[in-house]
Amino acid sequence: MSKIVAGAAMRGARIVVDEAEKLFNQTIKEKGKDQEIEFPETAFYLPMAYALLGIEVKTVGDIEAVLKEAKSLLRDEPKDKLWLPYLGGALDSGIATLLAEEIIVAIRYLYGKEPQADCCGFFTDTILRTLGIQLVDGRMPGFAAILGAAPDNKTAVKIVREFQKRNILSFVGSNVNGRSIIDQLKEEKVEMGWDTYIVPYGRDTVTGVYPLNWAIRGALTFGGHKKGEALKCLTYCKERVFAFGLVLGELDDLKYATGAGAINMGFPIIADTDIPEIRPSGICTYEHLVKELDHKRIIQRCIEVRGVKVKISEVPIPVAYSAAFEGERIRREQTYVQFGGKFSKAFEFVKGVEADSIEDGKVEVIGPEIDDMKEGAAYPLAIYVETAGRKMEKDFEPILERQIHNFLNEAMGIFHMGQRNSCWIRISKDANKKGFKLKHFGVIIHARLHESFGKIIDKVHVKLYTKEDDVKRLMPEAEASYSSRDERMAGMTDESVDTFYSCTLCQSFAPNHVCIVKPERLGLCGAYSWLDAKACYELNPAGPNQPIKKGRAIDPERGEWEGVNKFIYDKSNKTLERFHGYSIMSNPETSCGCFECIIAILPEVNGFMVVNREYSGFTPAGMKFSTLAGSVGGGAQTPGFMGIGKLYVVSKKFIIADGGIKRLVWMPKELKAALGEKLKKRCAEEKLSLEKIADEENAVETDQLMEYLTKVGHPALKMPPLV
Amino acid sequence: MKEESKRSIDKASQQMIDKAAKEKVKLSWDRLEDMEPQCGFGQLGICCRNCTMGPCRIDPFGEGPQKAVCGADVDTIVARNLLRHIAVGAAAHSDHGRDVAHTLLLASEGKAHDYEIKDVEKLKKIAGYYEIKTDGKKKEELAREVAEASLADFGRQEGEIKFANRAPAKRVELWRKLGIMPRGIDREIVECLHRTHMGVDNDYKNILLHGLRTSLGDGWGGSMIATELQDIFFATPEPIRGKVNLGVLKEDLVNIVVHGHEPILSEMAVKASQDPELLEMAKKSGAKGINLVGMCCTANEILMRHGVPVAGNFLQQELAIMTGAVEVMMVDVQCIMPALKDIASCFHTQIITTSPKAKFPGVTHIEFKEEKAYEVAKSIIKMAVDNFKKRKKERVDIPKEEMDLVAGFSAEVIHHILGGRFRATYRPLNDAIISGRLRGVAGVVGCNNPHVKHDWAHLELVKELIRSDVLVLQTGCSAIACAKAGLMKPEAGFKYAGYGLREICEAVGIPPVLHLGSCVDNSRILIAATEIIKEGGLGDDLSCLPAAGAAPEWMSEKAITIGMYFVASGVFTVFNPPQPILGSKNVSDLVCSKLKDLVGGYFAFESNPKKMAKLMINHIDKKRKELNLKPVMYKPIIVKT
Repeated sequence: MSKIVAGAAMRGARIVVDEAEKLFNQTIKEKGKDQEIEFPETAFYLPMAYALLGIEVKTVGDIEAVLKEAKSLLRDEPKDKLWLPYLGGALDSGIATLLAEEIIVAIRYLYGKEPQADCCGFFTDTILRTLGIQLVDGRMPGFAAILGAAPDNKTAVKIVREFQKRNILSFVGSNVNGRSIIDQLKEEKVEMGWDTYIVPYGRDTVTGVYPLNWAIRGALTFGGHKKGEALKCLTYCKERVFAFGLVLGELDDLKYATGAGAINMGFPIIADTDIPEIRPSGICTYEHLVKELDHKRIIQRCIEVRGVKVKISEVPIPVAYSAAFEGERIRREQTYVQFGGKFSKAFEFVKGVEADSIEDGKVEVIGPEIDDMKEGAAYPLAIYVETAGRKMEKDFEPILERQIHNFLNEAMGIFHMGQRNSCWIRISKDANKKGFKLKHFGVIIHARLHESFGKIIDKVHVKLYTKEDDVKRLMPEAEASYSSRDERMAGMTDESVDTFYSCTLCQSFAPNHVCIVKPERLGLCGAYSWLDAKACYELNPAGPNQPIKKGRAIDPERGEWEGVNKFIYDKSNKTLERFHGYSIMSNPETSCGCFECIIAILPEVNGFMVVNREYSGFTPAGMKFSTLAGSVGGGAQTPGFMGIGKLYVVSKKFIIADGGIKRLVWMPKELKAALGEKLKKRCAEEKLSLEKIADEENAVETDQLMEYLTKVGHPALKMPPLV
Repeated sequence: MKEESKRSIDKASQQMIDKAAKEKVKLSWDRLEDMEPQCGFGQLGICCRNCTMGPCRIDPFGEGPQKAVCGADVDTIVARNLLRHIAVGAAAHSDHGRDVAHTLLLASEGKAHDYEIKDVEKLKKIAGYYEIKTDGKKKEELAREVAEASLADFGRQEGEIKFANRAPAKRVELWRKLGIMPRGIDREIVECLHRTHMGVDNDYKNILLHGLRTSLGDGWGGSMIATELQDIFFATPEPIRGKVNLGVLKEDLVNIVVHGHEPILSEMAVKASQDPELLEMAKKSGAKGINLVGMCCTANEILMRHGVPVAGNFLQQELAIMTGAVEVMMVDVQCIMPALKDIASCFHTQIITTSPKAKFPGVTHIEFKEEKAYEVAKSIIKMAVDNFKKRKKERVDIPKEEMDLVAGFSAEVIHHILGGRFRATYRPLNDAIISGRLRGVAGVVGCNNPHVKHDWAHLELVKELIRSDVLVLQTGCSAIACAKAGLMKPEAGFKYAGYGLREICEAVGIPPVLHLGSCVDNSRILIAATEIIKEGGLGDDLSCLPAAGAAPEWMSEKAITIGMYFVASGVFTVFNPPQPILGSKNVSDLVCSKLKDLVGGYFAFESNPKKMAKLMINHIDKKRKELNLKPVMYKPIIVKT
């Protein structure tokens, strides 16, 4: 239990602070108070003391103040019975340990005893600038401070190689009963150094302070924190430096004490021995101290516990991979094999599962691979993706699943259309020739999900079923999930929720614009539904999608709420005071510039037209989309003109305050087609025959339009005047 | 069942109850029996004696009069009575706070030289809330300004009392919107009395809203001032070991029990009990030393800061004297039974009153003066030493029960307990709730009441909560009840706590039930809850928290006021026995349901502690759902007894 750990850390701290004090007294005697003392090439003196205490140690005499602080942090071990709280005391002991260790190695430098043979010792500021920046900006996913020795050389090599593969820097050192991982790796002729991401720091635990006083300098250099701003520096490390300690072999008191110091910095400790765990979180992001006895799983466990987000920089497949291939079509004659569409049964499905039930990066093809398939034929396919992550939620499943479309399309020679159980995939002959296999679907999905959704996902396991029986067997599960998702969104109305979400993503170019995303009015870019915005908020609580409590309804007809008004006033830099969510004529919502469609008043015919971005011709408003866009965007309220997402047209809340869809008199043919069944259904509900809405074939000029509308008897003509 | 085990579940108390019965000494339980049946009108709150057209009482069965002579209906009468209770409770806590502020002022002027300012850090923090600049000022100077500023909050006529602004912004906004932000602590109390005078406020809702405002002036005013200023004087509590129950009285020592509520004098008594001169005298009298122990909230005050043993809670005050081993019981204010004089007269025990506000006819009064505090304390201890000789050995009978505990959990120290000096934080607590290790937090507080088996409801309720992974924060006599049962030993986590709470107790080294101090220290619970909100992830208002409160054996008017300020702060709170309002359906409806729509918090009355726990847990679970938190990690454990 934790008490044992706390006791050990408190004892360890006492031992190392005593040692530091003895060494200090001896140095004073031998070299005098005024003897200069420093680490090589650093502007931060003794970095830990500088960052946490604000003390600039320039001479041996300056150490005294640091020692005094360290001693004040020592605590008595918790008693066997009726103990007093020990967590805070253990953490304090950890800081005392780091301060003392730093003093010890600094004095060793003075006597020329550091760096040790084969080791790099103190990490200079130059290394901080080159490698540290990658660490804090996320290019390097994290670093491992490895202490001790693996049970055998092979395991030692395997562990550092696994980290190397993931671009995680390994600092190796310390020892167990005199045996150090440094020597294990040396014996196996593993090349060590900054270039190989395997860096030996020293053969005793005291030198474990090197990676830590390197990390704390990150807070000073990149975080801009000042000396002595201890809490800020430590929290910076917790939030920005994805480091962790991996202790191989038995732990002694000093290792526990050093570990307690690391935990103060938000760096958890993972051990391969049967130690007492500290699982509740708070000082670190997740668990503080965990064990993993299986060396095969220990890397994954480290990554999970620290929340290291592994990025796969290159998708390892035999064809080119880039967004440039997204729109590529594969014609029938170029197709090697295909799945789904009208040719075979196929579906894709993403679900969240318990972390222990899957293995990250595993891709299984169950049934024939592409080599066993006949050219030109169609095969059944189930893309069955299981994901796990601490922050994964059921609501995210459809968001992740929808990405499969883009993910697969970006591979050269792969074509993907549709979604769910109406997907259609083709692999080209060229791709086949280059060695593209079905399993590469899994490789792509794994890599891209990690890359795009690393914040929520820790593990991705992909199964590709190509036998008819399997696909048939698994389909009902997916279908049940699809329909429950639909029901959730379909059943949702603006009235059924008490919270809307903002989107201020576009304030970078329209500084006063705020989107209010509601269940029945999606974001004007068409990319954010209410559920998406909610999910995005959960993924990134400080991000552009913030929950807005609706508050009291001021005008439910026009869609005006107290909470929304207050929010837009604050977030529009006090330029907008009220929004009418369901009106274009009074206090309409603003537009940034990303709208899918523009809706505009046509006063002559007492109605509105809507035009989509893709339509390049003239409209009855006398302007093309591009000209209209100029008068709509920029975050200003312009009654009569508004940018919207396509799907808003078929929402029951579509400009209801101004008459709803019955006011719609014109839209391009392609927009009608894009909205398809949904538009038909919506028109039928309002008893408006779709033909009554004119398109570019019926009219482009207002005179023509008036003529057409009169001919078909459009209801807008008989509605109350708009202006 | 034997009579004594019907009255208390505490073994030590049972032994003394039994002794009293044998010696034909009447205790509160006996007097309750003599009093039964108690007045039903009083219990329902439907009698009014506010003017001499009365007394009036409304017939609860609807057959007799439904209006008082003046025409007041049952709603008005019940609400007015309740408001008067609130006023009295607020007055008691706040007068305590005022005395502390007054002493601080005297000390800052060098007139109360026995006192020193121990917690300068806290003094600076409090100065911050009063917008007093701290740079370059001596601590005495700062103390004077803080004392003056807090005294000003008592007499403030307009504006807002300062500490109320420490609540989360959203809560403050709500109070302002409802017009219940307290203006001045005394002003609200006076207004209660005015409103309940014949023919003033007749609208029960309007009356109740003012009740909420008055209670806020206590919780976020008078009580909070008492707590904060006591911390400045006597240091902010930190975890400390102590012992509790009648067994802390010792046969071979001079036993002094300090009883009541204020630490101002008892702090000096603690010091004086170590006085070498007195110790020498004690030895000459044949005692091995001087044993100062506490009773009720005075006990809690000196336990929290010095680990002074606690002899017992409210219903044990008579029982302590029954041991025959108490030389002196020194009392100050509140919850001191008039019966003490009668019981003391059966033994050699001397009761000594010290407050000019609280005297007994025929009882020695040694008035406490801040200016010569130590001297007064010393003279009282000396009387105890002198009295030791008069103790009759054959009548001494001290129960052996004494239990270890760890106390000393202030809202401030929780930061350090959880994060040490450098990472001081509430984050592990918030994380524990967010992750579902902890279901939530409960405040279980309040008195004893002979209507309820002594300590039984406290223990049953708290055990039920902790086995369901609810961390319990306690003050007052409720804390003492649980401490006696061993729930405040850190080891208790392994026996009584659910797996999630156990993991937290293990990680941090705390008991599953935390002692936060005396009944004015309920303000610590408000501050701790505010810290949780500040730490983030659990909503933006106190009413969002997966938390609930309870007073399972309450008896005093102070408890009503405490309950009211918890509810006004957004906390669902369960009371047993019910408040004397059940005579009015409208007032009961407002208190037990409609307040929820106004302030987020509301009351429930429930006598079965298991059901009480269920109500609290259901509320906590509902709040977890509203916050969209993960399900609780573990099922409640079954505790083998």
